[in-house]
Amino acid sequence: MPDTHSQTAQPTIQFSDVSLTLGGRKILEKLDLAIPQGQVTAIMGPSGAGKTTLLRLITGQLKPDTGRVLVNGTAVNELSPKALNSYRKQLGVLLQNGALFTDLTCFDNVALPLREHTNLPESLIKNIVLLKLHTVGLRGAAHLYPRELSGGMNRRVAMARAMAMDPQLMLYDEPFAGLDPISMGISLRLIRQVNEALGMTSIVVTHDVHEVRQLAHQACIIANGHVIAFAPPETLQEDPEPLVQQFMQGLPDGPVAFHYPGPSLEADFLDGDQH
Amino acid sequence: MIKPLQEMGKAVVFLGQAISRMRLTSLQFGETLRQIYYAGARSLVIIVTCGFFVGLVLTLQTYDTLTRFGAADAASTVLALSLFRELGPVLTAILFAGRAGTSITAEIGLMRATEQLDALDLMAIDPMERIVQPRLIAGLIAVPALVIIFNMMALLGGVFFAVFVMGNDPMSFWGNMQNSVELGRDFLHGLGKSIGFGFLAAWLAVYFGWSAKATSEGVALATTQTVIATAISVLVLDFVLSAFML
Amino acid sequence: MKSSNQIEITAGIFLALAIAALIFLALQATDRGVVSGGSYEISASFTNIGGLKPKAVVSLGGVSIGTVERIELDPISFEAKVFMQISNDYADLPEDTSASILTAGILGDQYVGLEPGGSPIVLEDGDQVLLTNSAMVLEQLITKYLLSGDAQE
Repeated sequence: MPDTHSQTAQPTIQFSDVSLTLGGRKILEKLDLAIPQGQVTAIMGPSGAGKTTLLRLITGQLKPDTGRVLVNGTAVNELSPKALNSYRKQLGVLLQNGALFTDLTCFDNVALPLREHTNLPESLIKNIVLLKLHTVGLRGAAHLYPRELSGGMNRRVAMARAMAMDPQLMLYDEPFAGLDPISMGISLRLIRQVNEALGMTSIVVTHDVHEVRQLAHQACIIANGHVIAFAPPETLQEDPEPLVQQFMQGLPDGPVAFHYPGPSLEADFLDGDQH
Repeated sequence: MIKPLQEMGKAVVFLGQAISRMRLTSLQFGETLRQIYYAGARSLVIIVTCGFFVGLVLTLQTYDTLTRFGAADAASTVLALSLFRELGPVLTAILFAGRAGTSITAEIGLMRATEQLDALDLMAIDPMERIVQPRLIAGLIAVPALVIIFNMMALLGGVFFAVFVMGNDPMSFWGNMQNSVELGRDFLHGLGKSIGFGFLAAWLAVYFGWSAKATSEGVALATTQTVIATAISVLVLDFVLSAFML
Repeated sequence: MKSSNQIEITAGIFLALAIAALIFLALQATDRGVVSGGSYEISASFTNIGGLKPKAVVSLGGVSIGTVERIELDPISFEAKVFMQISNDYADLPEDTSASILTAGILGDQYVGLEPGGSPIVLEDGDQVLLTNSAMVLEQLITKYLLSGDAQE
């Protein structure tokens, strides 16, 4: 998609010198990243590269070993539990499978954050919820339970729930995984629309290269704990870095090896009898 | 030996967190009532059936044994005392673990696996408040209620056997029991125990669900652990409470 | 799935059921003292009460009419004084009623058995039964039997 103002916007999220080790494995190493305000930024990378970890750092579910995560100027990793809670109220998060509460109807799912955090009268809550559900095209399904809807619809309801409090920042964790082309098209359009209509900042974790081109103002590729590329998706195509090329073109072998590390082929097969 | 101890420690820390975050203003009465329905009302069938048959078989066995000593009159006393003081609370707690405890564990474990707990956290809603506390309180209320119903059914089973099978006089059966069961020492003692068991069963069920690994094996393992841990700790606690109360 | 209203009503019914059962069991299945409507106290002194304990039954002609309230040792006469609560339904016990400590069966509990006399004057609250038979203590019986056997030889 054409992008005219990506480099001028103020950074709203800033990672500086962030390192994180989880379960003895280095996930992020001295990572620096600035995500501009009011735009859609895609975070891409091979599986296990730490994309979801990055989101969890922004939400404060994880704390970096070193470095700082700044969101709108506040260091998320230094917030007290109470301050973290009030920070999260301005956050909309769409988890991988929607994570709707199965014992509540779609309506109650979307209404939950409003009922918990505001003192709005029930009639006003009803209007807001229906409006949000209307945005994702599921106003008619308000009375249904999540299990009565398809996976794609579940995720749309979850999106309505994430938007319920009118957050300034929306985070999407793999919003396209396992969706059929129609649902994928709908989600794609919704993310972009919501971003523009509400003037929020959106961060989308995904590995669908094709979708990113239609969706994001800029894309960031993470591998081996570093940001290896950060540019509008069109220009990423021309990036000379072999890893970026492998990722963008979906080549089976390259810097990310096809074979799991192990002894060489000869060693395994020719000396096989001696094992 | 280290692992069960570590697990116990974790469960205690978890309980501490759940209770320390409990505030009167945050108590969810509607949700607690719903949990009483799921844990209590829906366990009624198993409790009523088991209670009745335990009463039948207990009376049958005590009649058979006591007749040899010419003390068949004491059958109703033996029935009521063993029910009120031991069998009612212990059996109900173990049945509760199998019926309601496992479903609480599986429910919370699946909430963990499907990221519902994370979602609550991210919406700045404390899952301890919303998920854990209502279930703890519901267990605390539902188990004593089930124990009373279990005892009631078992007595009915005993009366049924004594009157319709043995041809006893119902009034003498009931009267003998009434004379030798004390409200405080026997009946309320058992009720006190059942509150302790209810708390224990709900605590373990919630804890194992909470700490379940977010996979299908993890949830399966957690439900098994709930039943085993509840059965063992109820029997241990039963001994401790009996020793203190008698 | 049931609506949340139905769930709450069912939960309420469940709790009401439990409370009803609780009240029933507490009132009907337990001992609130054999004496339900009013009682009066009489006492009796025994040289030996054997294994008699408070809460033991007081019976007359095999029917329980009261319970043992408390047992004290008279510090002067060294006799055990047994206080009994007798139901007001049996307010007309003759003054010359006798009390014995008996055992229900060989292994059974000990209880106080009353044997009514023929006096027209009745026992009042706080009165003492004067005619008493102490408990049979097995060891004493055996000793008595052995000693009397010795004496005959």
